[in-house]
Amino acid sequence: MSDTPAIHAHQFDDPVQQHEASWLGMWVFLATEVMFFGGMFLGYMFYRSAYPQGFASASDRLDIWLGTINTAVLICSSFTMALAVRAGQIGQNRLVMIFLCLTIVLGTLFLGIKFTEYYQKFEERLVPGNDFRFEGALVSSAEIFFSFYFAMTGMHAVHMIIGVSLLTALIVKTSRGRFSATYNTPIELVGLYWHFVDIVWIFLFPLLYLVGRHLG
Amino acid sequence: MNIPHVVSIKLYAAIFAALLLLTLSTTGMAFVDLGGDLNALVAVAIAIVKALLVILFFMHVRYSSRLTWVFVGAGFFWLLILLTLTMTDPLARGWLSPVGQ
Repeated sequence: MSDTPAIHAHQFDDPVQQHEASWLGMWVFLATEVMFFGGMFLGYMFYRSAYPQGFASASDRLDIWLGTINTAVLICSSFTMALAVRAGQIGQNRLVMIFLCLTIVLGTLFLGIKFTEYYQKFEERLVPGNDFRFEGALVSSAEIFFSFYFAMTGMHAVHMIIGVSLLTALIVKTSRGRFSATYNTPIELVGLYWHFVDIVWIFLFPLLYLVGRHLG
Repeated sequence: MNIPHVVSIKLYAAIFAALLLLTLSTTGMAFVDLGGDLNALVAVAIAIVKALLVILFFMHVRYSSRLTWVFVGAGFFWLLILLTLTMTDPLARGWLSPVGQ
């Protein structure tokens, strides 16, 4: 046995193996998330192929510019998250805190813009249900589109809120000096989660806001 | 200790710029009528490129072990099975008509 202090759990041979196990575990979780969102994407694809015109004219009611701005905001937050992970790897905890705070600000900005869009949709009575109003003959398929819109962006927003909470916990831990250049796995794993949520939006944006603008 | 691969800020900034540029181009393409479903194909293709950039660089998969590649690949491979096998049904409906009609 070596006499170096044990900084890894006893079931692992060394910190490298422990680090690898954490990454693989996180990717298994993300694979289940791919399946979870995949089901909704499949539902969307199926109904879009059944009602292309209805989906196109409903999609036209979304604000393409708010969607574009929100995509840019989320990409900025992924960039600051990547920089936070990098700062953690080289043990610069002050920078970690700054970049995590920036990521939270950008993530909250995204949720704020999303809230504004939801508010507009409620005002325009585009929320599926008894109160749903849509001009023209494509009412039913437009309602299906908006069901997918609210379910998918809603689940995405829930993931964003969870992400912001995780980032807050990381900031507390970093301020207590729990991380160093030798141990920063939690920052890396929350980074993976945040980037994954970004990827979900990268697909939601074209599918909901852009696809079929020229069909309707 | 756990020897992480530290990516240079320059590379992160380049990926970031590429992602923003692709976002602008995908919005721009939406205003051009390419006809039929080509608009949708282009938008999804751009989204796939963006996702690959995020996965390979921001999520460090490019610098990860072979085993990590297998885990990542498995997730997306099963997604592909889910989407393609299911969509073969609605997309292929009407290609063949029932006997006698």
